[in-house]
Amino acid sequence: MSENEHHIVPVKLYMLIGGTLLFLTFVTYRVALIDLGAYNTIVALTIASFKATLVVLIFMHVKYTSEKLTKAVIFSAIFFLGLLLTLSLADFGTRAWL
Amino acid sequence: MSDSHASVVVSGVPHAGAHDQAHRELRHHFVDMQQQANTASLGMWLFLVTEVMFFGGMFCAYLIYRLAYFKDFAAASQSINVSWGAANTAILLISSFTMAMAVRCAQLGKQKLLVVFLLFTMLFGAAFLGVKAKEYYDKYEEHHVPGMNFNFDGKLLGHPEYVVNQRHAEMFFSIYFAMTGMHALHMVIGLGLMAYLIIASGRGKFDTSYYTPVENIGLYWHFVDVVWIYLFPLLYLISRTKG
Repeated sequence: MSENEHHIVPVKLYMLIGGTLLFLTFVTYRVALIDLGAYNTIVALTIASFKATLVVLIFMHVKYTSEKLTKAVIFSAIFFLGLLLTLSLADFGTRAWL
Repeated sequence: MSDSHASVVVSGVPHAGAHDQAHRELRHHFVDMQQQANTASLGMWLFLVTEVMFFGGMFCAYLIYRLAYFKDFAAASQSINVSWGAANTAILLISSFTMAMAVRCAQLGKQKLLVVFLLFTMLFGAAFLGVKAKEYYDKYEEHHVPGMNFNFDGKLLGHPEYVVNQRHAEMFFSIYFAMTGMHALHMVIGLGLMAYLIIASGRGKFDTSYYTPVENIGLYWHFVDVVWIYLFPLLYLISRTKG
């Protein structure tokens, strides 16, 4: 077995991802100052989620890991965070209906 | 060969057979360095899941109160300087890039460049905290820190007639300071971990088959970056227009 099975990410890809993250930060900052109504929140959170996905997949090497358990652990984090947020909002968001 | 055999002592237990060529960092309950690294990585990810849930509770509190006190939260959010927030986001993203490069150097065994990138990561991390301190000082001067002297005299953009509820605005700033404060605490801990990595790599602790601390502290650093990626739009950005 070779000692080093880790995937080496090319410097160019890291620079591309870093540049994209900075560009998206600039975009989300400028778009936030334009009045889009309710879409301001949707655009801002969509850009944030895209940025977070880039960081997790490339910088944190999740795209290259052969360990399926790592991916299961990450999905469990997203699932339980989603459970926490959606059930809490389903509660507080519908109390006025009573 | 007998010389190297005698030197293989890991965790005080002399090894034989399969561990003849064992790395000095290989603990006796692992088969090889690869298995040990994979195990450590999974453990780190499990820790990060607990961190997601820790910050998740505060994000949940933010969402509930934002829905309840929508206009007051918007007015309070508008009083935060969005340019400093955007600059800090850029600084933190650059530090994540230098951290990713540091891990890459560790993978390739470039020990000197590893220290350089770790120092850059520390530098950008410290710059982030410096900007954060400036922002906190501004909030202190404006009496926007929750407590006895809290006073919010800002107006809701596009609705000058709306009287902002002081207690609701104070709740926004309580959540703002709790979330950015916990994030900043994670940054301070991260800087301490960076200092450890720099000292350890200076002493030659890492090589191409053992760099687990660099990789896992890197995961921690990127995680703290991801938290900020969400804090920035939620606290700074989404109430900037008349709506």
